[in-house]
Amino acid sequence: MAHGSSTTPEDDFVITPTRPGEEKGSWSSVIQDLLFTVDHKKLGLMYIGSGLIFFVIAGLMAAAIRLQLAIPNAHFLEPDVFNRFFTMHGTAMVFLVGMPIIFGMANYLVPLMVGARDMAFPRLNAFGFWMFFFSAWFLYFSYFAGPGLYNAGSAPDVGWFAYSPLTSKAFSRGHSSDYWTLALLASGVGSIATAINIIVTTISLRCKGMTLGRMPLFVWTFLVVAFLVIIAIPPLSACQIMLLLDRYLGAKFFDTQAGGSAVLWQHFFWIFGHPEVYILILPGFAAMNEIVPVFSRKPIFGYPIMVGANVMIAFISLGVWAHHMFTVGMTSLGNSFFAISTMLVAVPTGIKIFNWIGTMYGGKIRFELPMLFCIAFLFQFLIAGLTGVMLSVAPFDWQLSDSYFVVAHFHYVLIGGLLFTIFATIYFWYPKCFGRMLSHKLGMWHFWLFTIGFHVTFFPQHISGFLGMPRRIYTYEAGRGWEIWNMMSSLGVILQAAGILIFVWNLIYSYRKGKIAGDDPWDAWTLEWATTSPPPDYNFEKTPEVRSRRPLWDLKHPDDPDWKYE
Amino acid sequence: MLAALAWFAPTISTLAANDPIRPIANMFDPLGTPAKMIHDSSILVSIICLVIFIVVTAMLVYVVIKFPSKGAEDEKKEPPQVYGSSQIELAWTVIPILITIVLILVTTRTIGEIQDKKLPNEALRVRVIGHQWWWELEYLKQDGVDKDGKPVWKRDFITANELHIPVSDRNSTRPTQLILESVDVIHSYWVPQLNGKTDVVPNRTNHMWLDPWETGTYLGNCAEYCGTQHANMLIRVIVQTPEDFEKWCAAQRASVVEPPVGDALAVAGKKDYFANSCVSCHSIAGTVSRGVEGGVFGPDLTHFASRASFASGMAPITLDNIRDWLRDPHHLKPGVLMPNMQLTDTEVDQIAAYLMTLK
Ligand code: HEM
Ligand SMILES: [Cu+2]
Repeated sequence: MAHGSSTTPEDDFVITPTRPGEEKGSWSSVIQDLLFTVDHKKLGLMYIGSGLIFFVIAGLMAAAIRLQLAIPNAHFLEPDVFNRFFTMHGTAMVFLVGMPIIFGMANYLVPLMVGARDMAFPRLNAFGFWMFFFSAWFLYFSYFAGPGLYNAGSAPDVGWFAYSPLTSKAFSRGHSSDYWTLALLASGVGSIATAINIIVTTISLRCKGMTLGRMPLFVWTFLVVAFLVIIAIPPLSACQIMLLLDRYLGAKFFDTQAGGSAVLWQHFFWIFGHPEVYILILPGFAAMNEIVPVFSRKPIFGYPIMVGANVMIAFISLGVWAHHMFTVGMTSLGNSFFAISTMLVAVPTGIKIFNWIGTMYGGKIRFELPMLFCIAFLFQFLIAGLTGVMLSVAPFDWQLSDSYFVVAHFHYVLIGGLLFTIFATIYFWYPKCFGRMLSHKLGMWHFWLFTIGFHVTFFPQHISGFLGMPRRIYTYEAGRGWEIWNMMSSLGVILQAAGILIFVWNLIYSYRKGKIAGDDPWDAWTLEWATTSPPPDYNFEKTPEVRSRRPLWDLKHPDDPDWKYE
Repeated sequence: MLAALAWFAPTISTLAANDPIRPIANMFDPLGTPAKMIHDSSILVSIICLVIFIVVTAMLVYVVIKFPSKGAEDEKKEPPQVYGSSQIELAWTVIPILITIVLILVTTRTIGEIQDKKLPNEALRVRVIGHQWWWELEYLKQDGVDKDGKPVWKRDFITANELHIPVSDRNSTRPTQLILESVDVIHSYWVPQLNGKTDVVPNRTNHMWLDPWETGTYLGNCAEYCGTQHANMLIRVIVQTPEDFEKWCAAQRASVVEPPVGDALAVAGKKDYFANSCVSCHSIAGTVSRGVEGGVFGPDLTHFASRASFASGMAPITLDNIRDWLRDPHHLKPGVLMPNMQLTDTEVDQIAAYLMTLK
């Protein structure tokens, strides 16, 4: 059931009627178009599309990992193959799935939401995409290098956080660490370029009337994310360059055999790595901020404090990195400091969760697919947040860090949080991008299979963590109480995979056969719904004017516009 | 492949050296002092989180049940537009801050209690040295004091993988201090029922302490990914009564017993052992087998056969298992740093027999 007829906006918005299916060129012209485009919408979709492809590859690796761990003493994967799989799975999920998809979301939506015609620097934007794209294939190319595919090539096997000295020449012969380093170094450059672009676009390309205080929370959140990217990536690049110096020019930063420091890497890495986690989850918040209000039919509860909470979260996240290092032997003062700063993040995060519930309170909630994924997000992110609080208690962390509890915790963050909002985003904005609705029926199958599968997979891992199961082990002996939880975990993957299959089918099927969406199928309020679906090359024929936080609400409710209350 | 499957599946009970074996390393079933301190604050935190979880989930469920749209008709009229409320927002800022303060107090106190604990001089001291992928254990004894009056520690004896420590009860408390070092990459020492984990970091010395209340064999794992065989870097802590423990120590200090003259196999095995390069990586106290200069590259074998398991806990010590290992260590532990020595079948039989005499 589609809600709200496509309201025709008033004369400020001139609409060019283009409809899906028009002007479809031959394959070669499509490819040429994608290769040379600098249009933010195409780049956005290319980011998301390639992110989804890597998601499937990294997901298959996860499935293989889970197959190996389904029973004790299994011989499905050799230890080295397994170690390469979890390294490539983690690295890919963070850098080739999470990052590009959120950049895709930003690319597609930010200019539309601020009423701009494109990103501030369209060519730089294309550069960012291609940096990411080539570094991704470079990383996968490692499978074909060195001893070749059969021996799993030179694929990285050092874990996604690549702790030294496992990466030093003495312990990482061949080129696996180099592939890891060079690929991420290159994609880091692209990420910074894209972040700069987002910042400049939001600061200087907002249309008339859109003050910072009227900017959609989605855009606000991405502004914060972009700043975090610019702050967080350089430490990563720095330590990667130091690692290369170690490996090729005889420097000794991390080479413990020559007196280097193993812990130095951890500081550098987590000064990047912790903000990175927020880089990945804040876009989830961004999507929540747009979708929950629309499907509750109410404005977001407490806009100013939501902006403040974003900034607070970003700020605090820069001072908590060593909570990944509670077991490394810091002083009690160090441990206490990082435990406290970590706990403080819970406050602004709590505010956000309460405000979303506050937004739904007293509304008229429509349980469309985007909203379902958002509600699941709320529930799952609550669990993720609370297990995070548990881990911030340093003594508790001494038991649980590097155990399966942590695997459960961060998958509740990354799947239960990020991936669920990515799904919500796709269901919500797909009609805008392609002019057709995604099938509701297929979507429901996707939602239930994936949600149930997700919990069946990851909830038991909390328990195997309590029972002392460490992460990153390729096998385990029988009799330690882990069998049942691992078996459940592995079975859950089947449901998740089925859900993903249906989702991918939905994306393809609905592209041709989906219901025509109209310009504003959800009866929403931000500017992107004022243009056609899909939007024309330059987004808006005429730059719209904005007088409140919900410009389309004002148009649809001339009797009770928002700007009266500002 | 199938044979391998059966052979690699040492069910834990076969490894039981001492009564009772505790295969389930449940952190909520602590059996030692620091683990208990962690447990107490963990329970408190878990309860707080559980309450928050229930309250917030209830709010969410309430909202979802109470405010669904009643269909297209209902949607013609928008619900009241509420933009926020300073009082409510203030409330749900202040309450979390208060809860956080409680957590901060509990946490910092437990950190101090465990980390800054001064251990008595009688405490047992053991250097635990992480290797890819096994543990070297060096028991220390006091050897006078230095000029500042601080005790000086020197080697008592060396063993591998299975850590024996005395139990503490009301009459005799004797905690153990572990001095953690690594010769290669980062490892982490974790026996959940006795304490949390502490990383074992090259070029750095970390400390942790154990103070178990009950005898038995406790299981743990290396918890920091350390390369190919991270999965099988198992930990076994054998907690004994003070008497048993002293007996064990005395046996470890004793020099090795020569293979009995009648045991031709073992006598020949001893020759093979010293003729092959086994000697360059392993040591047997009192012989020329000293390992690589300075340190040991492979586990100490002095009282090898007195242990319950080898290859850091992967397999029970039986003649068959040792033969298989000597034939090709990678068969049991793929990637292990001990090379395949290309021994002949006779050599394998003989050396295995010799190793079994190293009680
Ligand atoms: C599709 C469902 C997924 C499954 C079944 C899955 C499963 C797993 C498993 C079994 C591990 C290895 C645990 C270990 O032994 O250390 C793992 C690690 C990891 N996963 Fe996932 N995962 C999934 C999706 C994701 C997503 C969406 C992300 C992030 C966006 C992600 C990020 C990671 C990371 C960062 C690691 C750590 C890798 C490392 O230890 O180096 N996973 N996952
Ligand atoms: Cu290890």
